[in-house]
Amino acid sequence: MIARHPWWGTVLMYVALAAFLLFLGFPLLWLLSASFKSTSELNSLAVNLIPAEWDFSNYTSALERQNLITAAGNSLLVSIATMVITVLLSMPMAYALARLKGKLRATGTIWILTSQVFPSILIIIPLFLVLRSINLNDTLFGLILVYVTFTLPFTLWMLQGYVAAIPTELEEAGEMDGASRVTILRTIILPLLAPGLVATAMFTFVSAWNEFFLALVLLQSPELYTLPIALRSFLGAEGQTQLGPLAAGAILATIPSLIIFGILQKKLTGGMLAGAVKG
Amino acid sequence: MTTTDTTSDTKNDARTPAPKKKLGHRARAQRKEAIALVVPALLPIIVFSLIPLVSGVALGFTNATLKRNAEIEFIGFGNFIELLGDQRFWGSFGIGIVWAGSVALLTLVCAMGLALLLNSDLRLKGLTRVLALIPWAMPPVVIAIVWRMIYNPNSGPLNGALEAVGIPGVNWLGDFSTALPAVIVVGVWAGIPQTTVLLLAGMQSISAEQHEAAAVDGAGALRRFWHITLPALRPVIFAVTALDFIWQFNSFGLIYVLTEGGPGGKTMIPPLFTYLEAFRNREIGYASAMGDVLVVAIMLILSLYLINQFRQNKGARS
Repeated sequence: MIARHPWWGTVLMYVALAAFLLFLGFPLLWLLSASFKSTSELNSLAVNLIPAEWDFSNYTSALERQNLITAAGNSLLVSIATMVITVLLSMPMAYALARLKGKLRATGTIWILTSQVFPSILIIIPLFLVLRSINLNDTLFGLILVYVTFTLPFTLWMLQGYVAAIPTELEEAGEMDGASRVTILRTIILPLLAPGLVATAMFTFVSAWNEFFLALVLLQSPELYTLPIALRSFLGAEGQTQLGPLAAGAILATIPSLIIFGILQKKLTGGMLAGAVKG
Repeated sequence: MTTTDTTSDTKNDARTPAPKKKLGHRARAQRKEAIALVVPALLPIIVFSLIPLVSGVALGFTNATLKRNAEIEFIGFGNFIELLGDQRFWGSFGIGIVWAGSVALLTLVCAMGLALLLNSDLRLKGLTRVLALIPWAMPPVVIAIVWRMIYNPNSGPLNGALEAVGIPGVNWLGDFSTALPAVIVVGVWAGIPQTTVLLLAGMQSISAEQHEAAAVDGAGALRRFWHITLPALRPVIFAVTALDFIWQFNSFGLIYVLTEGGPGGKTMIPPLFTYLEAFRNREIGYASAMGDVLVVAIMLILSLYLINQFRQNKGARS
């Protein structure tokens, strides 16, 4: 934009920016500071962001609780499996969706968008019944299957946006040179699709890592809890909550998603927009 | 890469369907290839997504419960007739509309402001950008935990600040009058990043020349926003608010961890209500019927929004 604001306009803009910084940043800083505070300080009404005395025991006691480490392991396993399966399943379909003309593509897009409208409850009840009948509810494998179901539509939508951005001329040139379809896909499309593929995979990973509702429905045994469920059970009975370890655990649970989001921030919005425009 | 400079004619040829006469051997081979690609991917979608969805919708017409080996009978519209008189469900539905509508609207307003600031020439932009993205990456459960700390009546900084200036503290999440506004604020906080990024991307695609030309003509920042930025952003705004509304209406984790629908059902949005009906009361048939009603309701609201938007677009063009 053009830098020609009256001075009071600039002041106003900085005030607004400061307000946003406070609103968005304060809760994060509070969580961070709570994770280093002693129990007595946490239970006081003092509003100090810098702890009076630094207490690192919150992190060790958060980690020492066996279930949190187990839960992190469960989360990791479920998220990686979901990511791999979803991406493998959606690759051929995304390619077909992006390259096909006419009705099939329109149907696909409509289906993907409608699936966003349906409340999870309508899909999870029948899935729960099916999984229970084959004794897969309350297993991580069952949870992975359900996650694949729920992440597939959006993954597909993102991925087909990336495919659509690859010019068809490249494939046609390959065809002219007499390359088979498989060779074209492997040597021309795949390398160009790689960044989009990585972004989509990461997005799927984060979705599974952060997911709460479906895990709440499916998992009953504490030793199978994923991180969000374990953290929620940390809250426990009102008043009994140990805020310090809870804050520390919450921060540890956020770090993987944060790292991935940092990496893919730009790609993600690009992909969503690509999907939105081409879809 | 030598092919990228081919003229746009070939591109058009590739996109538009070939005339019927030319639909020969090659087109048929391509169709076969497409089918070979689609079928393996279609199978899991049908098995895991379509069939559950259809049976979920169908369950709403049955008296199914979670009891093992219980006989499931079709009872037609029985559940829906019962639902019509279910005050608690409609109360929850109203809360859901208020929740999703306010979060979508407030998020849009805040995100628009933030995106405008980030799109200008201020300092501290980088820091704000990073800060604004963090809530996006956080699991909803963690967001809820953070805000439970902020709102905590006995040790939260909000009440701490109030008491420091002599105002008595408030039990934000426990009080009938403040609970819903309090969770809406959390919803907005969590929703700002994504909406901001999408709006920002839209703003950056508006050409700078347009703004410069308007500035030369003496248009102030406000008028430029009203006459250039806003019209150009209209499709993005439309898509973002519609999606935000749907996502918020169907969201679960945030409010479940914040209030569990309390106090006294003041924050009992429909996903919580149906979850409790299905997995605590074990009435999955009735819960599915609720789900059916919710789908129809959202579709209705969305189509009204769509039609309205379409009319406005037409009006703006003529």
